[in-house]
Amino acid sequence: MKADIRVALVGNPNTGKSTLFNVLTGLNQKIGNFPGVTVDKKVGYSKLPDGRMAEIVDLPGTYSLYPKSQDESIVFSVLADKANGLNPDLVIVILDASNLKRNLLLYSQVADLKIPVIVALNMMDLAKKTGIEINVDLLAKNLSVPVVPIAARKQLGIDDLKQAIANANKVAMQGDSIDVKSIAPQLIESISREMNVDNAYYALQLAHQHETLKFLSTEQSDRIEELEKEHAFHSQKAQGSETIARYSYINELLYDTVKIPATAHDETLSNKIDKILTHKVFGFIIFFAILLFMFQAIFTWASYPMSLIADSFVWIQNGLHRILPAGPATSLLVDGVIAGLSGVMVFIPQIAILFAFISILEDTGYMSRVTFMMDKLMRKVGLNGKSVVPLIGGFACAVPSIMSTRTIENWKDRMITIMVTPLVTCSARLPVYTLLIALVVPNKNVWWVFNLQGLALTGMYVFSLISAVLVAWVFKFILKARERGYFIMELPVYRMPRWKNVAFSMYERSKSFVLQAGKVIIAVSIILWVLASYAPGDRFARIEAKYKQPQYTQGIPQDQIDRNIATEKLENSYAGVLGHTIEPVIRPLGFDWKIGIALITSFAAREVFVGTMATIYSVNGDADNTQSVQQKMHDAKNPQTGQPVFTAAVAFSLMMFYAFAMQCASTVAVVYRETKNWRWPATQFAYMTVLAYAASFIAYHLLR
Amino acid sequence: MALFGFNLNKIYICWVNYFKMKLSQLPVGAKGIVKEFTDLEMSVKLMEMGCLPGEEIRVDRIAPLGDPIAINVSGYQLSLRKREASTIILHK
Repeated sequence: MKADIRVALVGNPNTGKSTLFNVLTGLNQKIGNFPGVTVDKKVGYSKLPDGRMAEIVDLPGTYSLYPKSQDESIVFSVLADKANGLNPDLVIVILDASNLKRNLLLYSQVADLKIPVIVALNMMDLAKKTGIEINVDLLAKNLSVPVVPIAARKQLGIDDLKQAIANANKVAMQGDSIDVKSIAPQLIESISREMNVDNAYYALQLAHQHETLKFLSTEQSDRIEELEKEHAFHSQKAQGSETIARYSYINELLYDTVKIPATAHDETLSNKIDKILTHKVFGFIIFFAILLFMFQAIFTWASYPMSLIADSFVWIQNGLHRILPAGPATSLLVDGVIAGLSGVMVFIPQIAILFAFISILEDTGYMSRVTFMMDKLMRKVGLNGKSVVPLIGGFACAVPSIMSTRTIENWKDRMITIMVTPLVTCSARLPVYTLLIALVVPNKNVWWVFNLQGLALTGMYVFSLISAVLVAWVFKFILKARERGYFIMELPVYRMPRWKNVAFSMYERSKSFVLQAGKVIIAVSIILWVLASYAPGDRFARIEAKYKQPQYTQGIPQDQIDRNIATEKLENSYAGVLGHTIEPVIRPLGFDWKIGIALITSFAAREVFVGTMATIYSVNGDADNTQSVQQKMHDAKNPQTGQPVFTAAVAFSLMMFYAFAMQCASTVAVVYRETKNWRWPATQFAYMTVLAYAASFIAYHLLR
Repeated sequence: MALFGFNLNKIYICWVNYFKMKLSQLPVGAKGIVKEFTDLEMSVKLMEMGCLPGEEIRVDRIAPLGDPIAINVSGYQLSLRKREASTIILHK
């Protein structure tokens, strides 16, 4: 889409920035990545009253232009770098009217970059309720920029804001806030001259941030470093005096424009809620109750849509088998691609429900209370209160969870969180566990209420959390800290969740899951299908010739013969040869070559296991019916001993392997993207494989 | 005598520090006004979040496990660890 004007949204976290973005753009938005970094880039389009089209860019929330985390560093780059593809013509700074003082710090920094600015004064309704009086006209006059009062949640003032965008000047009108030059006069002078910069604050920011800015060349960055030494520039001291100067400007500004009632600091509703939710005892009870409810919901609510999706895929497959002529192409499409697709699609309900919960917990402000409560505990094992969010998210999928670690400012804490998040039982392990538990754990109740199978599954979840914590604790001693850790975090007031945002997040996450995992699974199912359908040399021809001889067919029903042929073909196919090759390695874990094939394919994605088992135990279709896969695995006998293949020892050994092994190509890829170094995913892959092998080995030999 | 002088010096430092009121020493519900910071790096981060000299701070609650704490400053709630809170010196 072609836009006439590009507008960037800038603001503190928890100011309703994404709500405003959604209101302005509606469904007309797309989420991508900022070039070079994996920070979510949200771009949308909004039609202005004069018919022009505005491209809206939602920048990550930040408290200042000095970044503390990876997301925040995007803001200055986009605003300052004229060559950046997203460099805006106009900036809307969103200010929380109920908390103007702190919000204005970021405004004054952005304004000093002399980009045309509009102020959107959000949460006017909330401010009025608490008795805060804001003289909007006087504020606009003092800032000499348009100030538009809005209430994004109630969609009030949006038309005025659009009108203001349409009327916006092409040149910056705002006056100076502080005397920037006085902070480092000679340095700003030198940088401005040498780098050809006409804005003093931009020059100062270059001095502060040159080491991390991607748009500066190495020579430019080195030259700035030299100039800093020459003029004895101390970044932190300069930043401190700048902040003090800005706040004194803000205090002056607010003096005659904002009246805050003396009673505003009274016991608020938020405080009352916090008394219960962060209570010494109830706080933790409530937190675990919420987690329990979440998992119950994920399993029970999702089961109906999941079986609906699975059934419709079976229906489609059967239909296609009827319509299309039998042959390798049909088989590839129906048993390879569509079977693989259905394996992904059945997870959508679970992913959607989990992300609905996570977005509600974040939206209401509860997640930051969890962070607050858990910080001390998490710090003991080398993590951070903020690691709780990715770890809980890890129950759904490690990929978005690892992306969400970007909010952890401390490098060491973030790396440890990334390293242990894939250990948490993700939704892809769920079908593997359910299948294996149903095979070997009897479906009966103990102590009246607890189902034995349910207990086994819960045990796997608890086990995964314990192992993540233990591994984190080990990493705490291995990794060296790069900087001091700190934990300074806003606790936003409790709010009702915005159901639209929840729906957006469910939709977006499910979509990206299907696209990301879908590609991998389709590729794997095609490769697996090819490997299982073809054999080196003339092995297949020889098998067929063998079954033409009467001694192999006499007295045996036709479908039994077909199954014998199929099984023998599989054993001789490329997949079978591969399985036999690794059999000596996995033999001590109790696995045979068929499980070996499933293990290999599962390194692309865990959920492939069920499909692979289905393919291996019945090449003749019906790959999606878990019940029948279970039946076939139950009936599987070891050809040498005649004993069942899947004993409790084998099943638990397999589950241990899936609990620890890094069997997910998407996670490996995302860890690389987030850490920018192959050492991290490689280390992770290695330690997880070693743990998986050891845990499997122990489980098999204990239970045998 | 030298030994005695050294001890006196030490006692004097303890005495001064004892009378410096740190934010981390404030009980829940108590208020204080920020005087200065003992740590430059931390002060820059705290000031950005509105925790400036002259600003009134109230301790709202302490996390269930005793750390971090939640304070009310310039009209909103901020949580920080006790170690960070100990770098904020309050007016007596």
